[in-house]
Amino acid sequence: MSDAHSNKGPVRRFFDLPKDSVPKTLFVAVAVCLVAAMIVSAAAVALRPIQEINKAREKQINILQVAGLYENGTDVATAFTVFEPRVLELATGSFTDRFDAATFDDRAAADDPATSVALADDPAGIGRQSQFVTVYLLRDQTGAIDKVILPIHGYGLWSTLYGFIAVEENGNDIFGLQFYSHAETPGLGGEVDNPRWKALWSGKKLTDAEGVLQITVAKSAPPAGAEFHVDALAGATLTSAGIDNLVRFWMGETGYAPFLANLKAGDL
Amino acid sequence: MAQTYRKLLVDPLVDNNPITVQVLGICSALAVTSSLKVAMVMTIAVILVTAFSSFFISILRNHIPNSIRIIVQMVIIASLVILVEQVLKAFAYEISKTLSVFVGLIITNCIVMGRAEAFAMSNPPVASFIDGVGNGVGYGLLLLLVGFIRELFGAGSLFGLTILETVNNGGWYVPNGMLLLPPSAFFVIGLLIWAFRTWKPDQAEAREYKIQIAEGH
Repeated sequence: MSDAHSNKGPVRRFFDLPKDSVPKTLFVAVAVCLVAAMIVSAAAVALRPIQEINKAREKQINILQVAGLYENGTDVATAFTVFEPRVLELATGSFTDRFDAATFDDRAAADDPATSVALADDPAGIGRQSQFVTVYLLRDQTGAIDKVILPIHGYGLWSTLYGFIAVEENGNDIFGLQFYSHAETPGLGGEVDNPRWKALWSGKKLTDAEGVLQITVAKSAPPAGAEFHVDALAGATLTSAGIDNLVRFWMGETGYAPFLANLKAGDL
Repeated sequence: MAQTYRKLLVDPLVDNNPITVQVLGICSALAVTSSLKVAMVMTIAVILVTAFSSFFISILRNHIPNSIRIIVQMVIIASLVILVEQVLKAFAYEISKTLSVFVGLIITNCIVMGRAEAFAMSNPPVASFIDGVGNGVGYGLLLLLVGFIRELFGAGSLFGLTILETVNNGGWYVPNGMLLLPPSAFFVIGLLIWAFRTWKPDQAEAREYKIQIAEGH
C-alpha cells in the first residue's frame, strides 16, 4: 500500500485526496474561481470594442428619435449626418472650439477636475457636472437653427437616467424628450420609455412670459398652467420626481439656461 | 448507449418537461414570452447554459467537495451566463436590451441548477451535456408555445411579422392586450399544463386530499 503510494507523483497524490479534505476543498475553490474569472474577463475585454460601437449607434438612434427623424430601417450613420455636433460651454452658453466635437467625451469630462465642478446644490444627483457638453444642432434649409438636441442626465430611483431633450429654435418649446439608458423598474419607472408618455413632452414650454422656469413633472398641473406640466408616471413617484429634478436642473441657470437665452436672442 | 442518449434528449420534451411536469423556471417564462423573437433568444441562451454548465460540472464532479458544491456550481453557471450576456450585447444589442435583466436571471433559473444538482453531479460529461440540451429544449418548447399564443393573439404578429391585421393599422383584428401582460402567461401556461396532463394522464399528481360528502344531520 505504502509502496504504491510512493510511486505516484505529488500532483497525482493530491488529486487522489478525498474530495472533502480541507486542502482539496481550498484548492478547488481557488482554482474554479481563478479559471472562471479569467474566462469572464477575457470575454468582457475581447467583446468591448463591438459593444462600444453598438452603444454609439444606439445613442445616434436616440438623437434621431428625439428629433423625430427616425423610422425603422433608417440608415443610422447617413441620417445622423444632418446633425452638427458642437461643444458648448455651459457657463457662457456659447460654443467653444477648445475641443473637437467629434471626439469629445462628455462622461470623461465630467470626471476630469479640469473640465468639471463638484456641485454643492445637486438636485439631479449627478455629483460632478462637466462645464462642457456636446450638443447637436439641426438646421433647416436656410441654415438657421431649427432644433437643438441637448443631453441631460440625473438620478431616478435606482439609476442615473441618460437622455436627450429636443428644444425648438425659440429656446422655449420642447419638441421631445427621451432616455436612452437607465435601470428603473420595468413596468413602473421603466415606463419612461413608453411612447405615449414621451409624447406628452411635445409642445410643452420651459419658461413663462417672465422667463421663470416652470416646466414640471407632477401629478397635477401647476398654477402656471398645463403647458408647463407633464403628467407623472403612475406607480413611479421617485422616478418621476427624479425626472422633474433633472429636467429643471438642466434647464436652469447651472444648466442650459444661458445657452437657451442666447438661442432665443439669436446670438449663435 | 445510443438509446439512453436519445432518451435523455427526448424525455424532457414532453414526458418530463421541466415546465409542465416539474413546474420549474416559471418566472422567466412569464417575462420573456410576449414576443417570439425574444423567447427564441432566451431559449437558445438557456439551452447553451444548461448544456455547458452540466458538462463542466460533470467533468469536475469527482473533485467538487460536498461542502462547497452549490457554490462551485453557481460559479460555473454564473460565468457561462455572463459569457452569454456579453456575446448578446456585442452581436444582438437590441435583443439584449429587451431581455435586460432576464439573461442575468438565467443564473437563478431552477432548471439549470436543478439539472446540475440532480443529474450532472452523478453522471458522465456527455450524458450530462445531452441531458442539459434536452431540458433546455423542453423549457424552450414551452416558451415558444406560450410566445406563439401571446404574440399572435396579443399583437397579431409572429416574429414581428403581421399575421392578423390589427384595427389600429386599419385591419379587422382587435388584439387582446392582456395577453401581452405578464399575468396572461400564467393562464396560458396553466392551460398548457392542463392540456399536457389530459393528453398524458400519468403526469397528473396524486391528490393530496379527498373530497368527502358531508353526512346530513
